[in-house]
Amino acid sequence: MSGQSQRLNVVPTVTMLGIMKARLVGATRGHALLKKKSDALTVQFRQILKKIVSTKESMGDVMKTSSFALTEAKYVAGENIKHTVLENVQNASLKVRSRQENIAGVKLPKFEYFTEGETKNDLTGLARGGQQIQQCRAAYVKAIEVLVELASLQTSFLTLDEAIKTTNRRVNALENVVKPRLENTITYIKGELDELEREDFFRLKKIQGYKKREIERQTAAAKKFAEEQFAENLALKKGISVNSAHNLLSAGEKDDDIIF
Amino acid sequence: MYGFEALTFNIHGGYLEAIVRGHRAGLLTAADYNNLCQCETLDDIKMHLSATEYGPYLQNEPSPLHTTTIVEKCTLKLVDEYKHMLCQATEPLSTFLEYITYGHMIDNVVLIVTGTLHERDVQELLEKCHPLGMFDRYSHLILVPSIFCNKKVYAFPNLSCIIMLRISCLILSIATLAVAQNMRELYRLVLVDTPLAPYFSECITSEDLDDMNIEIMRNTLYKAYLEDFYRFCQKLGGATAEIMSDLLAFEADRRAVNITINSIGTELTRDDRRKLYSSFGLLYPYGHEELAVCEDIDQVRGALEKYPPYQSIFSKLSYGESQMLDKTFYEEEVKRLCLAFEQQFHYGVFFAYMRLREQEIRNLMWISECVAQNQKSRVHDSVVFIF
Repeated sequence: MSGQSQRLNVVPTVTMLGIMKARLVGATRGHALLKKKSDALTVQFRQILKKIVSTKESMGDVMKTSSFALTEAKYVAGENIKHTVLENVQNASLKVRSRQENIAGVKLPKFEYFTEGETKNDLTGLARGGQQIQQCRAAYVKAIEVLVELASLQTSFLTLDEAIKTTNRRVNALENVVKPRLENTITYIKGELDELEREDFFRLKKIQGYKKREIERQTAAAKKFAEEQFAENLALKKGISVNSAHNLLSAGEKDDDIIF
Repeated sequence: MYGFEALTFNIHGGYLEAIVRGHRAGLLTAADYNNLCQCETLDDIKMHLSATEYGPYLQNEPSPLHTTTIVEKCTLKLVDEYKHMLCQATEPLSTFLEYITYGHMIDNVVLIVTGTLHERDVQELLEKCHPLGMFDRYSHLILVPSIFCNKKVYAFPNLSCIIMLRISCLILSIATLAVAQNMRELYRLVLVDTPLAPYFSECITSEDLDDMNIEIMRNTLYKAYLEDFYRFCQKLGGATAEIMSDLLAFEADRRAVNITINSIGTELTRDDRRKLYSSFGLLYPYGHEELAVCEDIDQVRGALEKYPPYQSIFSKLSYGESQMLDKTFYEEEVKRLCLAFEQQFHYGVFFAYMRLREQEIRNLMWISECVAQNQKSRVHDSVVFIF
């Protein structure tokens, strides 16, 4: 960044300085808050990550068990049992509903499943493999539970990841761009103001000097005048004014009658 | 007739019996199963199977093999063999062979009825039907709505088209209007022409067709089918009757036990449960009375332990356990089916062969699933060795 962009383009005034300082305070507070948020999100993120890992591991087992349960059902009830079961289905009995959860201001989608309506599969495979079918059903219901949980975790994970990225970007932007810029501006304004102050001071000093000189001159003039006054008074007392004495000479010079 | 089949059996049945015994020799042996259980991938399984009779059916399958493909192809082989035998068969063997497939037919009809109740595409449903249980009426079931929709119906003056029209009415009504939703209508309009028609007489009620009733209907049909098959075998007489009655009695008893166990804790009442048991077999009638009131697995066990053949089955299980019951039943069934091959000049071998092949396909399914799902420790849990 060039030197110019490191500070805001403002008029260096005291008001602006006040504004800038307020902004810096705001930025600092915002930075602290965002930093805290980011930390909170990261903690959450780690937790979710841990849960995802464990759920994925358990999902492997659960899926394995359930697909094997299907094999058992097929073994006992025949290959065609899946069609019989499938054709019996009208609506999904297990449904997923989503709601939002608020973690440090980030809205995380959470999925939860619920059973709706009674499944009438109780008697499927009555003569062959009914128990295995029920077991298979239970196993797959469990698998769906795990899947729903995993889906909810995974979505939270992505949303949280995005949120953390945004927050960190904001934190970094505040820390590395906004705050230095404001600080630079403040320094700049302060510098300018100091400069102005110095100039003022100098000018004031100059004026003061001039005024002093003037006063001295006036005092001197007054002193001189007083002395002259004194002399005149003295002359008057003697009968001739200093001025007239002077004037006698000067008037004499201007007298037309005097030829010489 | 008893004991004299040897004189006349080979006139009509000799060729097919030879064929079926030949097929039997192609069943996978314990050694094959041991090899298959060692496999690491589905391709290994395919390689092992290529040395058996399944080879030609699997050889053109592209490499990312799925369990369903293996099962499908193996079933295809069974269906091909069955069709071949059916084409060669004369009465009464052909009827006997048809009887074997009625079980699948019941499943298919129920599947289609359930599907149409839930407004599924009939064509799609047909693809899901078991190939052994197909009969011509299904084609009517699909053809009809299109004909009806095109209004070309009036161009066909003959009776079958009127039937078609009625069926289409039914399908439309089931699918869209939901008017004819009870068993009576269903029977009157569609099923009267199928081989299953007689079995429906037992389960015709005016109740609505809901999921529970459909499952009860399926089991009532199956019960009627087993009883009919039993009667048919008795009528054939001789060694067939002797062997088949044993096999069917076992089947009926197994169904009774399974229905009891599976209906524990459901809304099926005791009377309804009682009605689903077939009226023959070792447990009939006193065992059924006991089974009908059973509330848990140990009571079932108590009821069955009075019958020596089933005592051995339950002696393998610990108390309160029903997990392994299916396998032990399958093992017992295989043992009995294998015994059917010990006698000659009877039709039981065909039934036994079909059942053994189905068990073999189940075994293959189990092994391939275990291999595919990396559950090799469970591979021996449910494989039933044949011979």
